Order: sequence, then C-alpha cells, then structure tokens
Amino acid sequence: MMADNPNPNIDETQAALAEVAPVKKKGIKRRLFLAGSALLVGGGVFGLYWADNAARVRARALTTGEGEHNFLTWMKIAEDDTVTLFSPHIDFGQGSHTALGQMLADELDADWAKVKVEQAPSDVAFSNTALVHSLLGEMSGYPGLVGALPAALVGMLARSQKVQITGGSSAVRFTGQGGMRVIGAAVRLALIEEAADRLGVPASELTTADSKVIHAASGRALRYGELAAGAAQRSLSSQPVLKSRAEYKLIGKPVIRRDIPAKVDGSAVYGIDFTLPDMRVATIAAAPVRGGRLEAVDEAPALAVPGVEKVVKLDDAVIVVAKGYWQAAKGLATLSPKFSDGGHGAMSTPAIYAAQDKLRQAGKPDNTAGAGDVAAAFKAAGDRLITADYRVPFLHHAMMEPFALTAHFKDGKLSVWGGMQDPIGARDRLAKAVGMDMEDVIFHPMIMGGGFGRRFPGVTEILDQVAKLARQVPYPVKLIWSREEDVRHGTYRPQSSARLSAALDDKGRIAAWQSDYVQGDNAEGEVGFIYDVPATARRHFAYTTNQIDGPWRSVNSTQHGFYNESFIDELAHAAGEDPYQFRRKHLPAGSRHQKVLDEVARRAGWGTPLPQGTGRGIAIVESFGTIVAEVIEATVKDDGSPKVLKAFAVVDCGTTVNPLNAEAQIAGGIIMGLSATIGEAITLDQGAVVESNFTDYPILTLADAPPVIDVHFIESDATMGGIGEPGVPPASAALANALFAATGKRIRTLPLLRQAKA
Amino acid sequence: MAIGFTVNGKDVSVAAEPDTPLLWVLREDLGLTGTKFGCGVAACGACSVHVDGELTRACSVPLSAIAGKAVTTIEGLKNEDGTLHAVQQAWIDAQVPQCGYCQSGQIMAAVALIARTGSPSDAEIDAAMTNICRCGTYPRIRKAIRAATGQAAAAVRGEA
Repeated sequence: MMADNPNPNIDETQAALAEVAPVKKKGIKRRLFLAGSALLVGGGVFGLYWADNAARVRARALTTGEGEHNFLTWMKIAEDDTVTLFSPHIDFGQGSHTALGQMLADELDADWAKVKVEQAPSDVAFSNTALVHSLLGEMSGYPGLVGALPAALVGMLARSQKVQITGGSSAVRFTGQGGMRVIGAAVRLALIEEAADRLGVPASELTTADSKVIHAASGRALRYGELAAGAAQRSLSSQPVLKSRAEYKLIGKPVIRRDIPAKVDGSAVYGIDFTLPDMRVATIAAAPVRGGRLEAVDEAPALAVPGVEKVVKLDDAVIVVAKGYWQAAKGLATLSPKFSDGGHGAMSTPAIYAAQDKLRQAGKPDNTAGAGDVAAAFKAAGDRLITADYRVPFLHHAMMEPFALTAHFKDGKLSVWGGMQDPIGARDRLAKAVGMDMEDVIFHPMIMGGGFGRRFPGVTEILDQVAKLARQVPYPVKLIWSREEDVRHGTYRPQSSARLSAALDDKGRIAAWQSDYVQGDNAEGEVGFIYDVPATARRHFAYTTNQIDGPWRSVNSTQHGFYNESFIDELAHAAGEDPYQFRRKHLPAGSRHQKVLDEVARRAGWGTPLPQGTGRGIAIVESFGTIVAEVIEATVKDDGSPKVLKAFAVVDCGTTVNPLNAEAQIAGGIIMGLSATIGEAITLDQGAVVESNFTDYPILTLADAPPVIDVHFIESDATMGGIGEPGVPPASAALANALFAATGKRIRTLPLLRQAKA
Repeated sequence: MAIGFTVNGKDVSVAAEPDTPLLWVLREDLGLTGTKFGCGVAACGACSVHVDGELTRACSVPLSAIAGKAVTTIEGLKNEDGTLHAVQQAWIDAQVPQCGYCQSGQIMAAVALIARTGSPSDAEIDAAMTNICRCGTYPRIRKAIRAATGQAAAAVRGEA
C-alpha cells in the first residue's frame, strides 16, 4: 500500500490522500507548496488517536523535565502551574508567539501571567501538524477529514515531512485556530475530569479560571499544577468544543508582547550577534551572474591582510575567514576573483521585458483559467475594448539583518545557529549540502531581523555555503553577508508583466476581462478575481530568468494586485464613473468585499474635496483568506516624486486575535507595499544585478511614509484569515490610482520614481 | 597599538587596526552587540551611537577617530538604577518594535533628537529620524517620540 512507502515525496503523498478522500478544490500541490513545500506532520495535535508514539516520546524527552507534564507534544504544565507552549513558528516581530499563547491560554483558562511561549526544538517531533490538517480540511472541502484519516496514512504523512515553516500568513489562522485552541480546550477537559475524580463530584459542577478547576458548591479548587500529572494520563478529546466570541478572555484583546523589552535595550540576540569561544568570522563574494562559477582567484592578497586566516573556494564563490568581520571584509576587498557568467551574460532588464512581451504576443499560454466566452465578448465590444500593459521589476526583501549563520562541525556533527523561516527545512538542506545524515545536523533557530520570505531554506544558499565552509575548518565560523552581497544575491519577487483587456457593455458594466500575464509560476489558485464579471480569462505565460524566484511578502498578490486594481481603475475612468462606485457595483450586494470597500471609502472621506494636485486612489485585494481595501491620498512633489499624505485600510480577516499586532502588521505591510511601488527595483545588466545597497535600492523612510495609517478591522465569524501579508497588495494600485487622480498621468510601470525621472 | 576611549561610562582600551569601524570594535572587540550592522555605508542608521553626545553612524567612523572620546551605545541608555530611559519606556508603551533589528539605532536617534530639540514637531521628527525600518514601524516611532516628550498622540494625526 502506498502508505507503507518509507520515504514518500509530495506527489506520492498527494496520491495516497486522493485514495482516501477526493480533493474537491484544485491546486492541492501548489497550496501545500505555498505553505512550505512538504506536508507538515508530526506526532502532534491529533497524535492522540493515531499515536505516532515515537514522535511524542521524543518530544517529551526534548522538552519536559521533572515535575513537568507534556500534553500532545506542544505544551507542558509544571507543578507550579506554569504553562509552556512550544511554537513551531518563529516570532520575528509579527507577534505570533503572543497570539498563539493567547489562543492556547484562552481555551485552557490559564493564568496569562504564568503562560510562557518558547521556540519548539527544530526536531521532526515538532513538525507542524495543525498547519497541514487545516490546509487539508480547507482544500478538500471536508472539515471533518482530519478526524477520518487512517493511521497508516498519517504515519506516511509524518515520514514525508521535513519542515517547520513560518510564512504564508499561517501561524495564527492555521496553527493557532486549528491547533493551539484545540489543544487548550482538550487539555482543559482532561484537567476537569481529573479534578472531578479527585473531588468526587460530577464534572458538570466544575468550572475553570486562572489555572484552577473550581467547585463553587463546596468552595474547593485544585490548581492545574496539582492536576497535571493525572490529567496527562487521560484520553484527550480530538474535537473539543471551542469558545465562542462572547467567551473570549484573551483572544481579541490587545495583549502586549513579551519580546519587546529586549528589543529596546540591545539585549535581544539575533543570528548575526551570536558568538562562540574561538569563533572566526567570514564573508563571501559569489558569482555576480547567478549560475556563474568561480574560475580563478589568487588568495595571496587576502592572506596578507592582518587578521585574515584562510581563503576558501566554493564552486561559485570565494570566502575569506578572519578573526573579525572587518578584517574578513578587507581581505575580500583585496581579491580579484574571476567568475564565469554561466551563459547568462545577455540577461538584462529590458531584454526580459522584451522577451516577455514576445512570449505573450505569440499567444500560446501555458495555463488558462476563467469562465464564459471572453473572445466573443471582445469581438462584440468594438471600441469599448480597453487594453493596458503593466510591468513590475524584481523586488528585494531587504530585511534589515543581512544573512548570517554560525556553523561548527565537530565529532561528526554539524551545529548551526541563526535565523531561518523553517528550522527543520534548514537542517535538511544543510545535511544535503555536505552529504550528511539529517540526524547529525542540529539547527538552533534564533530571532531574525526581518524575514519577509527571504529566509526560507528552499531559496537560501547561505545554508550550503556555511555547511561547506564549516567542513573545512576546525573552529566555529560565522558567515556574514555584506549588504552588497545581500542586495546582489537576493531571491527576488520576479520581474513580471501583463496585458489586461476588458470590454464594457452598453450599460457601462464590465462584460469580459482577460489577464495575460508573464512570470515563472502559475498564479491560479493563489490570486483570486473578486469582481462579478460574466466572462473572465486568466492566461499564464511561463517565463523564467537565471534568477531564483523568491516569495516576497504576499507573493503573487503583489503584482496581480497592482495589475487588477490599476486596470479596474482605468476601466472606471473609461466608463466615466467614480472608481469606488464602479468597483462597488461589480461586487455582490451585501458581500464582505462590498462592506470592506464601503467602509474604507467612508473612513477616507471618499468624494470630499481635496486641494488641487492631491488625489485619492482606492484598491481592494483578497489574499491569504483576508480582504483588505485601502485608500491612499497622495500628491506629487516639485521634483516629480510621489508624496503619500494619508493612508486608510479596512480589513476583514474574520477574527483578530491580537488587535495591536494585527494593526502593526497591516500598517507595516502598507508601508512595505508603498516603498516597493515608489522606489524599489532590482535591475539586471549583462546578467548581473546593478544595485548594491540602500543607496540605490531605496527603502521608504519615516518622512515619506504617511504619518498616520488608519486601520480598521471588521470582526465577523467568517473563517479566520491571515494578517502578515494581506496589507501589502492593495497599496501599489491605491497609490498609482491616487497619482492619476492628482495629475491625470497613469503609471503602468513600477517603480514610480524611475518613471518620474524618465 | 591600543586606543583608549570610554564606552557607557567605562574606560576601555582596544588593540585593533586603527581603520576598524567603531561598529565592529563595539560588536566584536567589546562584545556589545546591541549596535547593529545594516549596510556598512551609513545609509540605514542601524549602527547609530552617540560620540561625545553627537549622533554618529558607527559603521563609518574609524577607531582612530574615537581616541579619548565618550561613546554611548543602546546598552548604556538605562539609568544608573537599571530603570529604562524615558524613550525606551515610551517605545515599550507604544509597542513600537516588530523584528526589532533597527530599533537600537532608532532609539539612539530619537534620544539625540530630543536632547537637541526638547519637544520635536512632526517636521523635526521627519528631518531627524532617517533610520530605515523595513517592518514599517514609523507611525509608532512618531507616536512614541511624541509621548516621550509629553506631547499628545492626537497631535500626531496631522492636526498640529
């Protein structure tokens, strides 16, 4: 049987799943990829019934000591009532640890002051079950699928996983909602059962609060710490009833984050700060053209620099190892390595756009989707057919902490410390890079100065570099990428383009809409089309460069948000209608989308007078299960550059678990989206990246960001959506639309600054 | 040859190459990793410290220029009794940081701004706070600076 496969891959696992339950929605493989490549299963949440016992025993051994009791891998209760939650997600400022803690503690009725959240060990026992179960449930259309999976299949899923990812705006809406809440509720029931036994009363007479089980009738109470040992022996419900909104005590509350104090006094330790005794520091220069190799380098000049100890050559890079970073950098600067261009020397930004246009014009898409007869509608449209071409550049993540990993190879084991968005995946990649067994690779996850999708192991060659480097030296070594190396060797949001076409009917409604877009991956299944249009076509033309396409915060919704929301704006103007009203009439009456749009227009004072030269733009995009509409007010400075004056956002993500974090994430996403739209572009010339630092890859500064961002959440019991990414996609079109309103000039190529100067 | 200066009130003597940027002397020779490396070309401000009270980007000043001077880093902002500087407390109250990597530099820049102007207006905040934050915490940075100087948050909303 397929489920006996000892080392199943994703296709085999998908096929096995299909045997068990038909998958209603398409794109299971792609969606799983979006959540982090392989299926995520361990001896976790539902291990109770399917007892992958080896994993649970292992989890307990890793985390739980004397006087502590582990429940379902992911939490433990100590005799002093301390509850510790092990988070499979890294918290790098998005507040996921706090939010997951709130969700667990609320269902558990634990005393928040005694709840701790720690990073889960990067061990397969802590792979993220809840995430894949939520995804499977969502994608198969069977919410109860989870409980119906046979044991053998779950075992197979367990063996196929090697990931523990933070990304896809998934921590709270999947792991929290489908995992931590369930665990908290199940453990609470077990504690009640235990107390009922001890007190000799029916469970129905017991209540819980602040880490105690209380028997009001007799005035007795037992602490969770007293009950934990007994409760841990009991069967746990796999489908406990979760609290309703009216019962929340922590969920939905502005709980402050515990990681912040260390971030204001310099004591928080990031990967780049890590040190060990006898450690050396190294820096690197890889082939400027991706795909190129190192052909030759004379090491002598570097070795002559005081403090430099060694020069290490890789297939495609040269590394200088020294006592400290400055000496290593100085050493590297003395070298003149010769690199080949791997045959990609002709790649350039204009050449890419030209090739994409040509591919699109040849009219043979690799993937198509849509409904209705667009061709017929276009034929009938005559002069009511509108077309616009859009272009967007490569975008760099530009996280503030450059890549840095410390590695030590000793006694047959490789230990690595640093910030990665998937610690287990990092171990897997490290092991493969140097032909080691994953069991002999230890990864110590650390907080990171920004991720945004850059620090996924699948797109992170520093893992290979540091593993190979560590194998060649006896001491621990910290490899730090300079900012120049970081800018030039990114895994960018791909340079992409699209031609959008639409026909208006004689009543001024959109009769048909077609998006012909050119990029590496098919965006279908990830990017939705929200408007009510009878005929739609989305045609993907596959085009790749020598670059490695990376997931840049909100991924395909970045460019498709810009295309779609710029184009519908153009259609509104072509129809002679207000852009807000035009969108509104193409959204189903009373829909969540329409409500979000109405609310942002209201809050932004849409339609009220503005000074000459100032304009408002509106955009609405649904991504990662969340609907966000934004209004930007902008003007143009004397030098032609855009100036954002105000920003408004309305968000429907169902429930906000922590309104402080949610607002911060949306506002931060808007600023990142505006930054990219205004000034960011990675360009290629002769196959190599042109830009080198923040001097020519400008990040929006405080003075150019709107001073206040008005963010409002519409609460509902709709399925919880993500928060980390959805604020980004509407920003670009909202700004471009505002500038059109202000100046009458439509910009279809980003970034704006490069158009202003053109 | 060792170069002597003070860091956070303590005398130190560092025998590094004179052209070593202060940033790396602080981080590696002195083990003070609160000051961060972001760009190496003074474009981002993550390495901001005070040298003789002046806001300085430590990645771009060599050790030789620090001889005899007084350096203050993020680690030295706390009061003698261990309580937080008012700006640090304001940062916590406004829940400013997300990833937090740029915040040492932001706080040092804010402290210098307030020392210079007392009660900065929005325009003064715009002009002085040029440190880059990729997470986009700018609105809360502005709010925290105003709060730390006793100014109402409402004044931030474009009305003042």
